[in-house]
Amino acid sequence: MKTVADLTCLTRRCFAVVAIAALTASALPAAAQETVKIGLIASLSGPSAKSGEAITRGLMLAIDEINQAGGLLGMPVELIRRDDENNPGKGLTAARELVQREGVAVLFGGLQTPVSLALVPYMNQSQVPFMGPWAAGTPITKNGADPNYIFRVSAVDEMVDIALVERAVAVHGAKNPGMMLINNPWGESNEKGLTAALEAKGMPTAGIERIEANDIDVVPQLTRLKEAGADTIFMVANVGPSAQVMKSLERMGWDVPVVSHWGPAGGRFSELAGPRAADVEMIQTFTFSGNDSPKAAATLDALMAMFPEITGPADVTPAVGIANAYDAMHLTALAITNAGSLDGPAIREGYYAIDTYEGLIKTYQTPFTPDDQDALGPEDYVFTRFIDGEIIPIE
Amino acid sequence: MIASTLISGLALGSMYGLMALGFHVTYAVSKTVNFSQGSSMMFGAVMGYTFSVTLGWPLIFAVIAALACCAVLGLAVERFLVRPFARRGSDAWLMATVAGGIVLDNVILFTFGKEPRSFSSPLAENAVDVFGVGAYPLQLIIPVVGLGIALGLALVTAHTRLGKAMLAAVQRPETARLMGVDTQAVIAAAFAISAVFAGIAGLLIAPLFSVSAGMGVVFGLKAFAAAIIGGIQSAWGVMLAGLIYGCVEAVTTAYIGSSYTQIVSFSAVILVLVTMPNGIFGRAEINKV
Repeated sequence: MKTVADLTCLTRRCFAVVAIAALTASALPAAAQETVKIGLIASLSGPSAKSGEAITRGLMLAIDEINQAGGLLGMPVELIRRDDENNPGKGLTAARELVQREGVAVLFGGLQTPVSLALVPYMNQSQVPFMGPWAAGTPITKNGADPNYIFRVSAVDEMVDIALVERAVAVHGAKNPGMMLINNPWGESNEKGLTAALEAKGMPTAGIERIEANDIDVVPQLTRLKEAGADTIFMVANVGPSAQVMKSLERMGWDVPVVSHWGPAGGRFSELAGPRAADVEMIQTFTFSGNDSPKAAATLDALMAMFPEITGPADVTPAVGIANAYDAMHLTALAITNAGSLDGPAIREGYYAIDTYEGLIKTYQTPFTPDDQDALGPEDYVFTRFIDGEIIPIE
Repeated sequence: MIASTLISGLALGSMYGLMALGFHVTYAVSKTVNFSQGSSMMFGAVMGYTFSVTLGWPLIFAVIAALACCAVLGLAVERFLVRPFARRGSDAWLMATVAGGIVLDNVILFTFGKEPRSFSSPLAENAVDVFGVGAYPLQLIIPVVGLGIALGLALVTAHTRLGKAMLAAVQRPETARLMGVDTQAVIAAAFAISAVFAGIAGLLIAPLFSVSAGMGVVFGLKAFAAAIIGGIQSAWGVMLAGLIYGCVEAVTTAYIGSSYTQIVSFSAVILVLVTMPNGIFGRAEINKV
């Protein structure tokens, strides 16, 4: 005869068995639903949050199109995002999580060059392809690793710097330009690029000044450049510090041409920089404004359908984030299809096997080779200005 | 170049000094400080923006409401992050206030938003000519406000009932308690005043910079450096140290180069601490046994 204690024990065992069965059953559909996981690590908070959001939108739009066409290798594509808070350490931690625990097939990200540079050795070691849709630091793709798993659909500092110098000379007649560079590896990368570009033209520099991310007043730096006879300023910094440069120029009453890398495009630059925001001539790889290609119009329509808060080109800032990420995701889809598996080395070979892709920015012809893992070049750059909060191409 | 550099340095230094005064006020009455002063500064700017821009209140009411919010924040810091530890004789308030600041920064990040906002002011729109260089009126007002608050604090401490209670609370806490001084209330008031000083700094700096959840982090660190090198027990000392620190940064940037600004300014902090352990204007404490 069973005692009350036996019955209680039996009831507990039954409950445990039922609970485990229920948990297993609930887990089954998830396990059965295989997906191709694409990781994204970017600044989703802080001054560059808008850029992170733009990359997310470009990826979501491309993934939606890929899934509607049947997914990849018979599986739907899934995007998993992590915020690096513009912190290389946090970016690396997130990369480890996405690669080791989530098993992403390809990792997108590194909005800022310092974060990307922190990820490069780990990604090459893990043999998981890394796709950069934004950070322009030259050593990101030219990192010396063999095999190299780092690809990019974005601008490249050394080429951007040549374009900045060309514009300063051709449009503004610059003879003695100065530099205002963010004090981090991105600024360092551009210091090398701008110095090399100026040396190639036999030009001197009025000076090289640094900006900290939290600098409130950069008049002392600008004053040094002004007293050294700077006739043009090359600016390389993200939204916040770039805005402080323009505010300080306004306060000084110094009307000097500012030719900039694309940092100001990543946020509320017009609002933060005040009346001088429109003076900045800024390099981009893509704009919706003034773009009459059918693909651009179709993509803008699709964006407006997917994100109701977008009502026109003015709401798509920064467009480069969307366009770079959109094209990079479609190129990645082609690489995975070419690979026929989610194996990292096979996907890497798959990138090299891409022949032609008609993208948003351009029609890509063999975009990646082992010697050149950057899909965009100087011919894809366009100079722009912020006009009424919208990035408009200029001559 | 010197006029332009000094205007930049004095405006920046006044902000450091104002926040350093907040460290001084709480240290003077309780030997504790709020290490989340940078977050209190950010809170003042964010609340000012919210009341003035988001809700459209007249600026004066927005400023008063923002500073009231800062005072409440200071009271909360003392009650929940300092008092429970200080009462036990523990130094854990140090970490608790740091943690509280991080929590506040992240709460603001998720409620106020991730992007910095522009908090414009008519005092920071059109530059005026000062000794041949352009300066916003706000940059000229900031040092006046900073020194005015330091003077006000000195007068309050010397001539008012609250000031005398604060002095009594720190010099002879037991005696003060027996004489009817509510020392706990005095300490709480000091934390409220400290947060209000940080809030004023945030409201003054916002039009020159921008408003964001992370805006106070570096300021809090530099203000603490100013408090230490000035001598945290001296109100005038911390204010002057803040001004000196701001000027050292600006002069280094202008005459040596921005690559060396942080190296020179923080090396100067170390040098001062090595040669004057109690700060430039501080005095060594004497414990009689």
